[in-house]
Amino acid sequence: MTKTIVVTSGKGGVGKTTTSASIATGLAKRGFKTVVIDFDVGLRNLDLIMGCERRVVYDLVNLVNQEASLHQTLIKDKRIENLYILPASQTRDKDALTIEGIARVMHKLRKSEFDYIICDSPAGIEKGAKMALYFADEAIVTTNPEVSSVRDSDRILGILQSESKRSKMNEEPVKEHLLITRYNPSRVQDGQMLSVDDIVDLLAIPLLGIIPESPSVLDCSNAGKPVILDDESAAGQAYSDAIDRLLGESKPHRFMEAPKKGFLSRLFG
Amino acid sequence: MGFFRFFRSNKEDTSAKLAKDRLQVLIAHERTGRGGPDYLPMLKQDILDVIKKYVSVGDDALSVQLESQDDCDVLELNITLPEESAQPNQPSEEAKRRAMERRQAASKVT
Repeated sequence: MTKTIVVTSGKGGVGKTTTSASIATGLAKRGFKTVVIDFDVGLRNLDLIMGCERRVVYDLVNLVNQEASLHQTLIKDKRIENLYILPASQTRDKDALTIEGIARVMHKLRKSEFDYIICDSPAGIEKGAKMALYFADEAIVTTNPEVSSVRDSDRILGILQSESKRSKMNEEPVKEHLLITRYNPSRVQDGQMLSVDDIVDLLAIPLLGIIPESPSVLDCSNAGKPVILDDESAAGQAYSDAIDRLLGESKPHRFMEAPKKGFLSRLFG
Repeated sequence: MGFFRFFRSNKEDTSAKLAKDRLQVLIAHERTGRGGPDYLPMLKQDILDVIKKYVSVGDDALSVQLESQDDCDVLELNITLPEESAQPNQPSEEAKRRAMERRQAASKVT
């Protein structure tokens, strides 16, 4: 059974592509045949984060328009077995995608026995974003602890509940997961940042993981390496935990506490 | 900054608390509009225009809520009418009546 998971947020710049890259890599690392699709037609970036930008020949629009075969379009990851990248087109715009065209691609991927299809949504709530979430069985809603991101996440949850294929066909609803990224526990402790509890309370969906703000995220994107492959970093470990939870394991959440400060650094820090 | 924060015992006035309170109101408001029929915002505007023909009210005086119950939808309207005394710099009806009486009494004397 192929599972389709959309990584979405409404707001831009919260870490959808970083998350898509790490979730796909993590699933493939655990032995699942996984493809990650960049739906951001016109603003291709997943290839850069995955470090395969120089190997793109054909793209999603070529595949939708039947100008190239699935085999020609998929880029096989060089580090991880079972991991494939389906890049977006850089020259076309979002109107090049149609539900029928994407349905054909999804059908081909299912026939190729993929276990997971990860859809990296573009920002916004327009055609590209709606196309990315239409076929989803599950959704990872990526949210920053910040007012505009939380509001936009709530909006995208409404769209998932009314415009996904599952909702239109009256099937079991899309399974929702909350992933909080760029979390800074010490700012939360100081009352400057919304806490995990605040966000869970507001959005009222189950928590998949908390990715702490970490310098390694930028380091890894500079190098074209999904941050989950950096076992040393807090962000990498947090993504790894999220994969376990996605696969049904229950794991306590980490990276919620700020490092303990001494009396003087609390006073003058 | 750390110095002041250390001594601030009251957790209630942090900016995170403010953010949560604002979002709670906003999200609740936006969720009510969701899933309702497309004509709801226009219906609300039309009702508001009719009220404004008779009473001077602000745009936030009307709240419209659509709730789904077992086998029917309930449209709930809440209209907040301004109090008489709410109009600043204008005499109340009571003051006008007293002034009228005073003037009538004065004219009888002369």
